[in-house]
Amino acid sequence: MIKELKSLFSEGKITDKKKYFEIIINKENIFQTIKNLKENQNLFFNQLIDITAVDYPSNSLRFEIIYILLSMVLNKRVIVKTFLGESEGIESITTIHNSANWYERECYDLFGIKFLNHPDLRRIMTDYNFEGHPLRKDFPLTGHTEVRYDDLEKKVIYEPVRLTQEYRNFDYMSPWEGIPNSLAGDDKASEDNDE
Amino acid sequence: MIKLVKITMNEIEVNTTTLNFGPQHPAAHGVLRLVVDLDGEVVKRAEPHIGLLHRGTEKLIEYKTYLQAVPYFDRLDYVSPMCQEHAFALATEHLLGIEVPQRAKFIRVIFAEITRILNHLLNIPAYAADIGAITPFLWCFEEREKLLEFHEAVSGARFHAAYFRPGGVHQDMPEGMEEKLYKHINTLPEFVDDLEELLTNNRILRQRSVDIGVITKNEAIKWGCTGPVLRSAGVPWDLRRSQPYDSYDKVDFEIPIGKKGDCFDRYLVRIEEIRQSISIIKQCLDQIKPGDVSINDNKITPPKRNQMKKSMESLIHHFKLFTEGYRVPKGETYTAVEAPKGEFGVFLVSDGSSKPYRCKIRAPGFAHLQTLDHLSKGHLMADIAAILGSLDIVFGEIDR
Repeated sequence: MIKELKSLFSEGKITDKKKYFEIIINKENIFQTIKNLKENQNLFFNQLIDITAVDYPSNSLRFEIIYILLSMVLNKRVIVKTFLGESEGIESITTIHNSANWYERECYDLFGIKFLNHPDLRRIMTDYNFEGHPLRKDFPLTGHTEVRYDDLEKKVIYEPVRLTQEYRNFDYMSPWEGIPNSLAGDDKASEDNDE
Repeated sequence: MIKLVKITMNEIEVNTTTLNFGPQHPAAHGVLRLVVDLDGEVVKRAEPHIGLLHRGTEKLIEYKTYLQAVPYFDRLDYVSPMCQEHAFALATEHLLGIEVPQRAKFIRVIFAEITRILNHLLNIPAYAADIGAITPFLWCFEEREKLLEFHEAVSGARFHAAYFRPGGVHQDMPEGMEEKLYKHINTLPEFVDDLEELLTNNRILRQRSVDIGVITKNEAIKWGCTGPVLRSAGVPWDLRRSQPYDSYDKVDFEIPIGKKGDCFDRYLVRIEEIRQSISIIKQCLDQIKPGDVSINDNKITPPKRNQMKKSMESLIHHFKLFTEGYRVPKGETYTAVEAPKGEFGVFLVSDGSSKPYRCKIRAPGFAHLQTLDHLSKGHLMADIAAILGSLDIVFGEIDR
């Protein structure tokens, strides 16, 4: 099967991850790739299981978009990956897979990734009039606003988050084990490394 | 000179009513807001507005250790908690590169199947209640309560079990439970017969569900349907069979499929799945042998309590595990299980620390609810309740 994939995607990087195949391609080719995977009679990746993204704020192309596809005929999965900058958009695949509609809306809502030519790109998970994209790494866990019912105004109102205690994100990582010893002033460790 | 052009416009009478259904409605199975465009009583468009139960599970998990993430999975689809823990446990184990002991695998399959029965015992009567039958609800809840006692016996909780953990299960089944479970499971087929007698040939149930919400094979695949919804359309696809995990390859079971893909087929598939689950549990109980229930590596699973009283090392292990947690090697994986509602998947990315970098949860109900507009087009307003019930919608997993 990997041969078949390789003949289809000469430009992409294909790796066999045992449980699934992983294809990394440019974002320009995403529409054609998903289409080929679906229509190729030997592959038949006709079910789109999910679309998701991972945010790496330190990368220049910040978002990694992941398409999980399933071929029931071959009993195999393929994960197609591509990278995207913050201000860029990506071609929507709703015309190939109907299920992509909500998956892309979810990605847009939670990451702020714009899908071009999407028929109805609105927020789906968060509140009406919500601001920001919660799954980005720079979005705080507590969010920016909180809601409560106001007895005087007789309606639900939005207020900036007020915490009686700051969110405590403890750093439990032990410096003693697993990671290379890079403690400042530990000359002995660097001597050991030089040898 | 002005040229006059007479434009004639044909008047078309548009007589659609827009109706807001929910978010507080007993047939909405939780907090679903539906905006329905009606022509008379016929549905032209049904647009679900979801997210009213969004709790940000995926974001929260990024701030928790792998062990602390487990209870969040109970709270997704709260009627089938253990199957979801299963997906997360398998994904974490895959990244850690560990294999759980044989006994743990059997226990997991037994409890995943009990959970499947529990789920169907809620969905079937809830569906029946949506279209007018009250009695099954009462019957099934009694039966569910009996099965939940087994959940309670192993984990201490009826629903939020946190029982399947990366590395195995939390603790062994209490003494004598295997026989007790075997005895109880043997009474279930009779109960399913009684339930079927009440429902399957019931005229009202048939009138309300045959040929309602039909989905074809190709449509089901195109819309990302999995589980009973896909199987009712006639696709024999079950992850327990095609990509077996834990000890599903050691048991023999049949996959029920439907012919038409209507609400009635979905009901029938679920009834048959209960029967198959009963047989799987029996086979597991026949094959299960005494042994460890979690891997013997104190870097991942905590040491036994009596060891902690005596050994300093065990105490340190315990302390480190419940503060720092265990570090999972860098990598990513997609692991899916056949949850009662369909394919429940976890896409897990680890950056080498003790907390997941990203944990995407693939909920089957999310894809199913998306088909609602397609399924209900042309049906009557009252059929929406039937279609929603037959899709097995639970908002905990859809909104995450």
